[in-house]
Amino acid sequence: MRRVKGTDLARRLAPVEGGESTGLELQDGARIAVIGGGPAGSFFSYFLLKMAASVDLAIDVDIYEPRQFTHCGPAGCNHCGGIVSETLVQIMATEGIILPPNVVRRGIDSYVVHMDVGNVRIGSPRHEERIAALFRGNGPRDAETGDWYSFDRYLLEMASKRGARVVRKLASGIGWRDGLPQVRLPDGEMLGYDLLGLAVGVNSNFLELLDGSPLETSRPKTVRTFICEFEADADSIRRILGRSMHVFLLDLPRLEFAALIPKGNYVTLCVLGENIDDDLVHSFLDSPPVRSLRAGGTPRVCNCSPLINVRGARRPYADRLVLIGDCGVTRLYKDGIGAAYRTAKAAAETAIFHGIGADDFRRFYSPTCRAIDADNSIGRLIFGMTNLFKKRRFSRLAILRMTSKEQQKKDGERRMSGILWNLFTGSAPYREILAQALHPAFIGRFLWSLASGVGRSRASEA
Amino acid sequence: MGLRRRSPLGKIYADGEIIVQQDELGDCMYVVQSGEVEVLAEANGSEVMLAVLGAGDFFGEMAIFERQERSATVRARSDARVLTVDKKTLLRRIQEDPLLAVHILEAMSHRIRELNGELTRLKTPRGKD
Repeated sequence: MRRVKGTDLARRLAPVEGGESTGLELQDGARIAVIGGGPAGSFFSYFLLKMAASVDLAIDVDIYEPRQFTHCGPAGCNHCGGIVSETLVQIMATEGIILPPNVVRRGIDSYVVHMDVGNVRIGSPRHEERIAALFRGNGPRDAETGDWYSFDRYLLEMASKRGARVVRKLASGIGWRDGLPQVRLPDGEMLGYDLLGLAVGVNSNFLELLDGSPLETSRPKTVRTFICEFEADADSIRRILGRSMHVFLLDLPRLEFAALIPKGNYVTLCVLGENIDDDLVHSFLDSPPVRSLRAGGTPRVCNCSPLINVRGARRPYADRLVLIGDCGVTRLYKDGIGAAYRTAKAAAETAIFHGIGADDFRRFYSPTCRAIDADNSIGRLIFGMTNLFKKRRFSRLAILRMTSKEQQKKDGERRMSGILWNLFTGSAPYREILAQALHPAFIGRFLWSLASGVGRSRASEA
Repeated sequence: MGLRRRSPLGKIYADGEIIVQQDELGDCMYVVQSGEVEVLAEANGSEVMLAVLGAGDFFGEMAIFERQERSATVRARSDARVLTVDKKTLLRRIQEDPLLAVHILEAMSHRIRELNGELTRLKTPRGKD
């Protein structure tokens, strides 16, 4: 394997601020390995090839992904709630990536917030189905999928059509030789590359793959979630859940957030919280707001308890190595696929236009990761405040009252609705949600609703 | 019916339904998800069809980059599924990721090329065809 050095082409590719390259750059014939064919790996490969073509750079990209995403149940799944946010749907459409109807199980146009004091529907600002509910894999165990298509398979094929080679083998390790990364196959064969992109999520033992690498990273902090699928006839699901995602703000110990997502003749339940166990899931399913939707009595056909990243890896890059998506940095609780898209594109941009040295990734890739990380800190504050509000009946009443009033009005500012919409959909950065929450007009109206909520709460207790 | 039954993304516009009205102010662009739409310019009381757009094509992008009225009317031909892209969302993401604008620039460049061809044909004296 040859050592890649600076060339005339490299000088052409590094025209922007901060300019000079570290000397490690891709040149014609460069070989790139991507381990993991989920959204992060597929987006990374797709953008690498697209950007390389735009500057007439010939590169080869191999994606190591043993799964075909054609099997139902865990064997063909990436264990995720399966929501593509409103923002990502729009951005992908702008990029020319159109999600076909057989990938989208249901377009979502609204959220229904359920609390013990009542529920309220928050419609999409454009009254349009702009959130995609889909399956990352090929549907739950024993599903009759017909012509449905897995989201991950769709993205992998998109990368493949751009020219990526999908290697249906498990990468069992990585190594280094003469400063170049190598991918180890189960039969012991070592294949050399100029750049290695790791997009392995947090549910694999990816850090073991990094033994012996020059990467000085920390494992992302994770928490366990619970995801399951209910099966029922599509008409009943449509009648009960409609085109809405149903989210639950319930004062249950250890429960952070839960949602029911309609997907044709299945409904996905996602539960986030601390130490999620059967007791917590049963308490949730037995709570009156959930029972009213009859989810508890519906047969569960598939469930899993995947880990999610709640604090990003430190320094997710090294010379010729970059961590993308969940195994690097992702958004707190929301829009993980959106974060995979952002980090994948930033990593591809760095590799094609700036270089593949640690310093290149530090200067041009790390700002994207740091921005997501900084926004997550604000997210933690917002979820902390939400937890405080959901513990008090009068504040739950205030949220319900203010949102309901806003939704009944045809015009005018919908400040609480906007905050809840952005919080639940992951459509806006947490810093924007905080700015909305700190607006004097919002604070004034919310205080007024809180005062009313205290009065009503006392009246009902009396 | 297939489009409606599967409840995909965007909004369905019926045959002949106006999506964008010429001379109105806009704060979004649109991406055709399926079906076709026609772009019409109205001048001196008559309509001139400028283009027919299909899946993956976008329109209304000028409203994203300049505060001007819509330059043409766009209406659905048969059932068309169209997704709205908010100006604020797009500009915020372009600020973070300028390469996002490249796809739009490519399409606009293609349209300018087509317009140049059209203009050349119109300005070329007939005898020289």
